[in-house]
Amino acid sequence: MLSLVLRRLGLLVPVLLGLSVLLFAWLRALPGDPARAMLGERATPAGIAAVNRLYGFDQPLWQQYFTYLGRMATGNFGNSTRTGQPVLSTFLERFPATVELALAALLVAICLGIPLGYFAARRNGSWLDHLAVGGSLLGVVVPVFFLAFLLKWLFALELGWLPTTGRQNPRIDATHITNLYVLDGLMTREWDAAWDAVLHLVLPAMALGAIPLAIVVRITRASVLDVLNEDHVRTAEAKGLLRGTVSRRHVLRNAMLPVSTTLGLQAGALLAGAVLTETVFAFNGIGEYLFQAVNQLDYPVLQGFILAIAVIYAVVNLLVDISYGLLDPRVRVS
Amino acid sequence: MTAATTVTAATAEPGQEQPPGRVSGTGRARASWDRLRRDPAAWVGAAIVTAFVVVAVAAPLIAPYEPAGSQWIRQITPSDVPGPSEEHLLGLDSFGSDLFTQLVYGARQSLVIGVVSTLLGLLAGTVLGVLSGGIGGWVDTAVMRVVDIMLSVPALLLAVSVAAMVGRSSTSVMVAIAVAQVPIFARLLRASLLSQRGQDYVLALRSLGLRERRIVVSHMLPNSLGPLLVQATLVLATAVIEVAALSFLGLGDPDPAVAEWGRMLVKAQERLQNDPQLALWPGVCIAVTALGFTLLGESLRQALDPRARR
Amino acid sequence: MSWSDLPLRKLVTGVAVAALALTAGCAESQREENDSAEGTGGDTGGTFVFAASSDPATLDPSFASDGETFRVARQMFEGLVGTKPGTAEPAPLLAKSWESSEDGLSYTFELEDGVTFHDGTDFNADAVCANFERWYNRTGLAQSENLSYYYRSLFRGFEQNEGEGLGEPLYKSCEPEDEDTVTINLNRPFAGFVAAMSLPAFSMQSPTAIEKYKGDDIGGTADDPRFSEYASAHPTGTGPFKFGSWERGQQVTLEPYEEYWGDKAKLDKVIVKTISDGTARRQALQNGEIDGYDLVAPADVAGLESEGFQIEQRKPFNILYLGMNQAHPALQDPRVRQAIAHAIDKEALVSGTLPEGTEPATQFMPDTVTGYAEDVPTYEYDPEKAKALLAEAGFPTLEIPFQYPTGVSRPYMPSPEDTFKNISAQLSEVGITVKPEGLKWSPDYLDRIQGTADHGLHLLGWTGDYNDPDNFVGVFFGKPSNEWGFNDPALFEALEDARGLPTVDEQVPAYESINKQIMTMLPGVPLASPVPSLAFAEGVKGYQPSPVQDEVWNSVTVEDEG
Repeated sequence: MLSLVLRRLGLLVPVLLGLSVLLFAWLRALPGDPARAMLGERATPAGIAAVNRLYGFDQPLWQQYFTYLGRMATGNFGNSTRTGQPVLSTFLERFPATVELALAALLVAICLGIPLGYFAARRNGSWLDHLAVGGSLLGVVVPVFFLAFLLKWLFALELGWLPTTGRQNPRIDATHITNLYVLDGLMTREWDAAWDAVLHLVLPAMALGAIPLAIVVRITRASVLDVLNEDHVRTAEAKGLLRGTVSRRHVLRNAMLPVSTTLGLQAGALLAGAVLTETVFAFNGIGEYLFQAVNQLDYPVLQGFILAIAVIYAVVNLLVDISYGLLDPRVRVS
Repeated sequence: MTAATTVTAATAEPGQEQPPGRVSGTGRARASWDRLRRDPAAWVGAAIVTAFVVVAVAAPLIAPYEPAGSQWIRQITPSDVPGPSEEHLLGLDSFGSDLFTQLVYGARQSLVIGVVSTLLGLLAGTVLGVLSGGIGGWVDTAVMRVVDIMLSVPALLLAVSVAAMVGRSSTSVMVAIAVAQVPIFARLLRASLLSQRGQDYVLALRSLGLRERRIVVSHMLPNSLGPLLVQATLVLATAVIEVAALSFLGLGDPDPAVAEWGRMLVKAQERLQNDPQLALWPGVCIAVTALGFTLLGESLRQALDPRARR
Repeated sequence: MSWSDLPLRKLVTGVAVAALALTAGCAESQREENDSAEGTGGDTGGTFVFAASSDPATLDPSFASDGETFRVARQMFEGLVGTKPGTAEPAPLLAKSWESSEDGLSYTFELEDGVTFHDGTDFNADAVCANFERWYNRTGLAQSENLSYYYRSLFRGFEQNEGEGLGEPLYKSCEPEDEDTVTINLNRPFAGFVAAMSLPAFSMQSPTAIEKYKGDDIGGTADDPRFSEYASAHPTGTGPFKFGSWERGQQVTLEPYEEYWGDKAKLDKVIVKTISDGTARRQALQNGEIDGYDLVAPADVAGLESEGFQIEQRKPFNILYLGMNQAHPALQDPRVRQAIAHAIDKEALVSGTLPEGTEPATQFMPDTVTGYAEDVPTYEYDPEKAKALLAEAGFPTLEIPFQYPTGVSRPYMPSPEDTFKNISAQLSEVGITVKPEGLKWSPDYLDRIQGTADHGLHLLGWTGDYNDPDNFVGVFFGKPSNEWGFNDPALFEALEDARGLPTVDEQVPAYESINKQIMTMLPGVPLASPVPSLAFAEGVKGYQPSPVQDEVWNSVTVEDEG
């Protein structure tokens, strides 16, 4: 297991280096002058030149790249050209919000998706099956941001059940320790704050979770169907084990393998979806910040955030592989 | 937006355990065709896709007016867009063009963007996949590292980088979507080729003295076409949705009034309150079209891979 | 724990229970929220939650030039000069009165007494001089355009100029006459000096606090500028609110300053919450999560009003124009520019894309600015005349690139896409085909328009900072620029001269004649001064909109709607 982890971490290094070069080349090839982005509509040429010099945008590209790499090694990802804030600290400030949202979305996907997929498979061909398959198709074909708008319109504006924006009601005095607001509320026993944070999570999590939910339903259903038709399950049933026992012992465990893999694959999709979802719900995570960075060509932020996302993505996949190993002993050997 | 692709990438796995090529070609094809014919989802999907293609191709015949003409712009005010009337089946859009006309021409735009980007992605992905799965060795390693890099960035951000670099146009959207699809095609093909390597028929061909390149291109690649075709159909669904996402991020055609569903949908958000029909129709068009391609793609896959049908 | 150990039935039951609890909880929480709102309302002013489009860049306004920084700064800081409510006219604030010398080279300010900074120190003549010296003595990074925009553009230079673009400093010295009297000496006359002092960038800050929290230590290295502790956590002014806390990316919290010298704040607390998306701001207001927001989209005004929200309109202090780049061969011909001006139906444009109450413009400044001329040449809507002019110029049909910005909403340009589309439809009626090019506002669009000559028609504008004609026409036409592509030394000289006139009275005729000169040459078509709107919940009272956004919230109260 350890060697697997080490080997995978080793593989990560060239990927990240390659990515940093690509990102650097890409972003610098973009049209537009970042200095002007900083100075606004009445910037003077002299002012622009001065800012370019200040940020080293006037140096040769390779030199900029190595300066960038060198600083990165010391944990300095530069400062946003838009807000002047250090990229790393902004990322760390906002990352918990996205983690909270992504976890909530996964929770939606798992808690609804696995039972739905399971029962759809066990009642293959029933109305429940059709509903689950049909619904999951719908989740995939509606653009994320449009779904977000629809949810917001229905549940927040028309019905008034849930808040439209943000992570917590600003009127609530909440103590923040981890910046995972729900957890903070629980830790400090500020139940109001925790509950308020949960309410703020519901709609974004539903929007962001729609695609993973659809996928989990389908994969669970497919794997359960597969497993149900395998010999050992048939044997178990033939031996007279009750269906419930069969499902628990044999079916779910085997069916969980593809599901956990799929969830790992969803990490990237969740982060990308977060760009859209967080923007619609003004949920102040890294997605919303990235949206603004994209809009204003904030190079340091784009570079730093995309690299960080790549690392997270790789780590999540590694964790998934490890859990895969735990679920299926055969993987450990290979 | 990576939705449809990820569905397939994941569900494709079990299919590859039983690669095509085991049964004789014609028999298998007929069996697949029979399965496809009996699948209602395939019919629905095919019907939607056919309708979509017909509308896209025959747009000038169907649409009552010129697209993006803004002929009635004087009827638009900040708070009101005229709804359905005798002259305008669905009313006007917020730039004073006929909404129905815009939707019809939007189908054309979606078809062009979808097909071109899918072909581009397929082509590049196939090249990478063949290099990787067909040649193997260090080439495989190198190509897969590149694919890893591409996969390590969420497709949306990848597309944004490309679109931002190439500039603002429909072309850049096509390239952007294509680039995001490349690693998926490459991986799919590689997996399919690798799974065939150890198979009896490949060993047989090799023992007959056929050159490796010949085996890969003439025998293994055709056997992988099924999954690639399925993937391509599904990618078309993704492309339609992805255009909308890129529009949301402010990329795409430079003319704001262009007849393009994603653009119309994004633009309509600001008038959601007073004129929800502006968002409703393009949203429905996107969803239905994506649904059509998804249904068709899924049925195709199930037809080609009977195991999943049970 | 592995999945096989999970009793599925329990899991499903759990989910179902959670879902039920959630639904029930939603209804419950609604009630709770209403209850708590009642609790905080009542006798006191309550909490005022205002949505801003972005975080402040810094809490020290002397390093800033953006509206969101100034919005927060205006609550905590005050300048020597303020504005008359609802106008852009200078009015006494920290200075009770002032007078200038004959030659316009020195200004003497009589200060309010009994004013204290939030840290308890006195505001007096020495504090004023400390502030002036602080700006003047900036070095290195602090002199850069993004940190000292207003000082650079108004005072022209520092004690030790570093880098290009700086000139002979306008500021000479500051002399405290006594505790409450101070004289500022200038090297050259500057009629806009008093009005400029109303900018938040020149507000008075506590010298003690600046020193204590290293306010000028913007620190780090050149490639890693970092704001000081003062600017991130200890801003100290004289305003009705003092700083509470700043959760970056989320909100700034302010509290009333009990020792405020003027009308004390009625609110218990102010929260400026960052919501970058315009639609999200509107919905947050509709859902009761915020009490007000700025930059209401024209499309939302009527809808919000009918739902019972209050719309406050600022008197426009801005201008939106269609620029015509004379580097483009066709646009070099004055007849083509006149044809374009005659082809545009400003009334239709205003009613179609701009907020209600907006008036079409005749020149490159709103009528509230000094030097606005009543009798400038006008170009009425006349498509036939436009066609004739085009034919005369040899362009019966004409294709022109038209750049417009995307992803932006400015007070003077609430919906650029709609404005662009409306104008291009009008142009097509007289035979001009527009080649659209939508560019991201920042930096692509600004880069192209102001950084290159490669553009045709474009949309841009400006919101004035204070009542000074130079702040409009001087900014636009003061020197040769890529934006306009013309070189008119006579105009540049006239603007330079007018700027240097010692008094406002002398400036009036000078700028009137400049406005006529500009409209004869017709470098662009002034379109309108769009009315910027704010929206508030029903219970918000006492908000005074200001054309230059000099809005201080000490008079605001939030009543319970229940």
